Amino acid sequence: MINRIVRLIWLGISAALIALPLHAEEQYFGIPSSRVGPYSAMGTGYYGGIIDYLTYVNLKGGVNGVKLTWSECETEYNAARTVECYQRLLNKGNQKMVVFDTLGTPGAYAVIGRMAQDQVVLAQYGYGRTDAADGTVWPWVFNAAGHYWGQIGVKLAFMAQKEGGIPKMRGKKIVHLHIDTAYGREPLPAMRQFAKDWGFTLIEIAIAPPGLEQQSQWLQIRQERPDWVTFWGAGSGMNSTAITTAARVGFPREKMIYVTFGGAEEDMLPAGDAAKGTYVSANAVPGDFPLIADIRKVVYGAGKGNMQNKERVGTVYYNRGVGAAIMWIEALKNAQAIHNKKGKAVTGPEFRDGYEALDMSEAKLKELGVLGMLAPFKLSCAKHDGAEKWRMMQWDGKKFQLVSDWVNPPNQALIRSMIEESAAKYAKENNLTPRSCPPSS
Amino acid sequence: MNVQFFIEVLVGGLLSGVMYALVALGFVLIYKASGVFNFAQGAMVFFAVLSFVGFMELGLPFWAALPVTVVLMVATGMLTERFVLRPLVSQSEDTLLMATIGLAFVIEGMAQLVWGVDVRRLDLGIRDEPIGWFMDSTGILVSQLDITAGVVAGLMVAILALIFSRTKVGRGLRAVADDHAAALSVGIPLKHIWGLVWATAGIVALVAGMLWGARSGVQFALIGIALKALPVLIIGGFTSVPGVIVAGLIVGAAEKLTEVYFGPMVGGGIEGWLPYVLAVFFLLIRPEGLFGEKIIRRV
Amino acid sequence: MLYREAGQFHTSYTSDRQLFPLKQDRIGMVIMLLVAFVAIPLLSSDYWLSAILIPWLILALVALGQNILMGYAGQLSLGSAGFMAAGAFACYNLILRVPDIPFLLAVLLSGLIAACIGILFGLPSLRIRGLYLAVATLASQFFIVWALDKFGWFKNYDPAGVISAQQIVMFGHTFASPAEKYLVVLSIVAVLTLLAKNMARGSTGRAWRAVRDMDVAAEVMGLSLLRTKLQAFAISSFYCGVGGALFAFAYLQTVEPSAFNIELSFRILFMVIIGGIGTILGSFLGAGFILLMPVFLNILFHAVAGHAVDATILSALEQIIFGALIIIFLIVEPLGLARIWQLAKERLRLWPFPH
Repeated sequence: MINRIVRLIWLGISAALIALPLHAEEQYFGIPSSRVGPYSAMGTGYYGGIIDYLTYVNLKGGVNGVKLTWSECETEYNAARTVECYQRLLNKGNQKMVVFDTLGTPGAYAVIGRMAQDQVVLAQYGYGRTDAADGTVWPWVFNAAGHYWGQIGVKLAFMAQKEGGIPKMRGKKIVHLHIDTAYGREPLPAMRQFAKDWGFTLIEIAIAPPGLEQQSQWLQIRQERPDWVTFWGAGSGMNSTAITTAARVGFPREKMIYVTFGGAEEDMLPAGDAAKGTYVSANAVPGDFPLIADIRKVVYGAGKGNMQNKERVGTVYYNRGVGAAIMWIEALKNAQAIHNKKGKAVTGPEFRDGYEALDMSEAKLKELGVLGMLAPFKLSCAKHDGAEKWRMMQWDGKKFQLVSDWVNPPNQALIRSMIEESAAKYAKENNLTPRSCPPSS
Repeated sequence: MNVQFFIEVLVGGLLSGVMYALVALGFVLIYKASGVFNFAQGAMVFFAVLSFVGFMELGLPFWAALPVTVVLMVATGMLTERFVLRPLVSQSEDTLLMATIGLAFVIEGMAQLVWGVDVRRLDLGIRDEPIGWFMDSTGILVSQLDITAGVVAGLMVAILALIFSRTKVGRGLRAVADDHAAALSVGIPLKHIWGLVWATAGIVALVAGMLWGARSGVQFALIGIALKALPVLIIGGFTSVPGVIVAGLIVGAAEKLTEVYFGPMVGGGIEGWLPYVLAVFFLLIRPEGLFGEKIIRRV
Repeated sequence: MLYREAGQFHTSYTSDRQLFPLKQDRIGMVIMLLVAFVAIPLLSSDYWLSAILIPWLILALVALGQNILMGYAGQLSLGSAGFMAAGAFACYNLILRVPDIPFLLAVLLSGLIAACIGILFGLPSLRIRGLYLAVATLASQFFIVWALDKFGWFKNYDPAGVISAQQIVMFGHTFASPAEKYLVVLSIVAVLTLLAKNMARGSTGRAWRAVRDMDVAAEVMGLSLLRTKLQAFAISSFYCGVGGALFAFAYLQTVEPSAFNIELSFRILFMVIIGGIGTILGSFLGAGFILLMPVFLNILFHAVAGHAVDATILSALEQIIFGALIIIFLIVEPLGLARIWQLAKERLRLWPFPH
């Protein structure tokens, strides 16, 4: 028995090690998915969206004839396994991975130190290190779909708009209810600054993970009677529990604004009717945009779809995955153009140049069929955070309704200076010399 | 100090404690009957309620899905006895613990394989919002779900305590927990007893899962509530059914009160470790928990 | 035939009690060390070194620490990841705040800091036993991680709440490549493993085992329970602390406190039980099994079924098979993987003649 198992395992390993026959016109991607475990709902939707878009591009003839290939590796959202996946996916035959996206802060931190050496782009889609927005200190890390400081700014601006202007925010009380980890506290520096500038009171309340029990936090909130609650949770268990517990203490859901990582259908549905009215900020909007409809027709029509549950095509996580893959492909196109490699595979540094050249104008988004789904943005060598814009949505009990257009955070200069300060501190601690960027960009 | 708020927090804590006790009950059942710390209890809670919701999605009505799930859990218990426990009779506690860990992986994987990874909602038709007239007259927040949880937990504890102390099966269970081999040699049918206990634990898991699922959604994270049950277990004593309820209430009340009144001084989030520290203090006074059987040690 | 003890006589207690009383074992050890120190760094790819071998060695070291406490001294504890965290953050802060501290000294000191914390959290063991103690030690796990997470000073006020481990610099040389890091880890692990083997066989180990088998009896015989138990906690936490420092510096590099969560503690416990309680070899085998089996299953499934089967189904299947393998191994050999090796050695002793 054991012998047979051992033999099977070795067979598998040797099979995995035999490189697939390679052609020059293939571009290889590594996909560190998390399909089981507590974040499986997020992982299946997001990576499903990415894979579907890659399949879609292939079915449409590839990128200037270059076929996309990919390998998948299961991380279970675990830092150690993410490292293993990263190393395993890094090289395939004589091809090397050019971009990596862990869809989560723990995994991103576990590999962030390796990526500069390996010259692989870390594409953080709205998560991870905020100060990576400074491309001079973080040449290989991007947060093109926004970061937490911008996000909290947009939320505060949204509250101000509901209250009738920033001056009306004076004297208001806002509770930041967050998971008790670094991720939960990440928006606090920016929030505290805004609290000082706008004159509202900020109360910080922490939830110990996994957060399936939030009675004491919500009783505190009930006691404080805040005007707004910004909720910063992780995992649909914690997110839906916050809604049901809010209902139990009678706090109005129309006064709660959820973080992107709690702002998906999977976070609202388990709470049932109680979720109605909850606000959510989004960097990829759900819905049947022309591209999504086309994916359904082309990819699922051909029976090549990746989603087990087809109903989830067009939901928040799925569209976010498609959004991430769009950036990969557009960056690949740019890289081919910049380095004169049309129809050829590109290397990590070339891909990085392509990523920095991303210019997702409204016209471009329209051409891709995702106008409204993603925010328009433009990156550069120094500026690695693209769309600081976010869009607010409200859950109507069945699906999300858009309640705002793409909004910029107020006082962008302040956020930018905080980012540069934090990045400079990091550079100093780690003896990094920031690279110089051409001033024009 | 605001007395009404204090009472509110206290009641909220006690109600949470009942929910913890529901999960802890499954652990006690299996430990008491087989001396095994069942690491897979959290996975069983998840599997049970996920299957229940899954059957309802397939079109079964509530009253039909429930017995079908019960049968499934009984079958799971029987299979566990046959393929995991029976081959490991009279092995050390550590080995049995590890076997249940393997079992946890199998059950988790099975649940996700069969039912997929989508997050689901469970609507029991029990409202989880404050009961209006009660809140108006006393100012205390209690929901229908809270009351249901309390009644269900009380009933289950009463029934199980009776079974353990008054019936022949219960005596057999306790004998088996004491010493597998000795119990076998005096003619206690070990197979049946273990199968029965695991099946019952499966049903207890289903009940706990339904109440937690109604509040937090049916999803993988439910496995994590097992961690909330551990301090309850050791304060109550691994072998005491009524101890679970008392300890649940103590843990619930203590953690909510400290979180609300002392949490803000250190930035909150102390609920994660406080129950364990509390447990250490209780154990220093009574090393076998409040209601655990006293361990007599001879040289 | 090959593995024969006949003809090897021990003429003194010293030779009888030495670390490797058998000639074959001594030769085997030398060959193994040669392979580990020379052949592997020369022949392995970066993937093998940095994704498989380094974490395996580090976790084996931590499992060894857990095994000392649990297997030798019989104190069931679940706080190992907490002590790893203590070691990792201590090492970061030592290098950050103490100018020109040598790396090895920093690692050693972080182990000692973890040991002090271990003694503190080991105090309840004087009164609490068994599973009760195990759950009680979870207090250390949750409290340490919470404290590291909560107080910015430990992380030098990084806005993202993580530490970026400094470069490993020793004797004026920066150990940056996977092979160099592997050698650093291997050297530390090898020394500490020999030390553990030595302790386990000597009077310390005998005292631990006496306490494990029956602490009341041990006390009657004149052993100080206080000393023996706390010593076991201290040494175990030392190993965990050193392991944690290496985990941060040679493996993850950028670390947040929650990387040392309870799940890691559980995994280390699994390693000890599946490998073999109370054996040094078992710690290594167990770490290999728990760490690498899911990886191999993942590679195997993707190679065999690849794009043909839905990836979610594959991942769930991997989990089921992993769990089933644990159960099968326990049924085949309840005493762990190390026992299988021991049985194989006994077979070898007779091989190729059956009697």
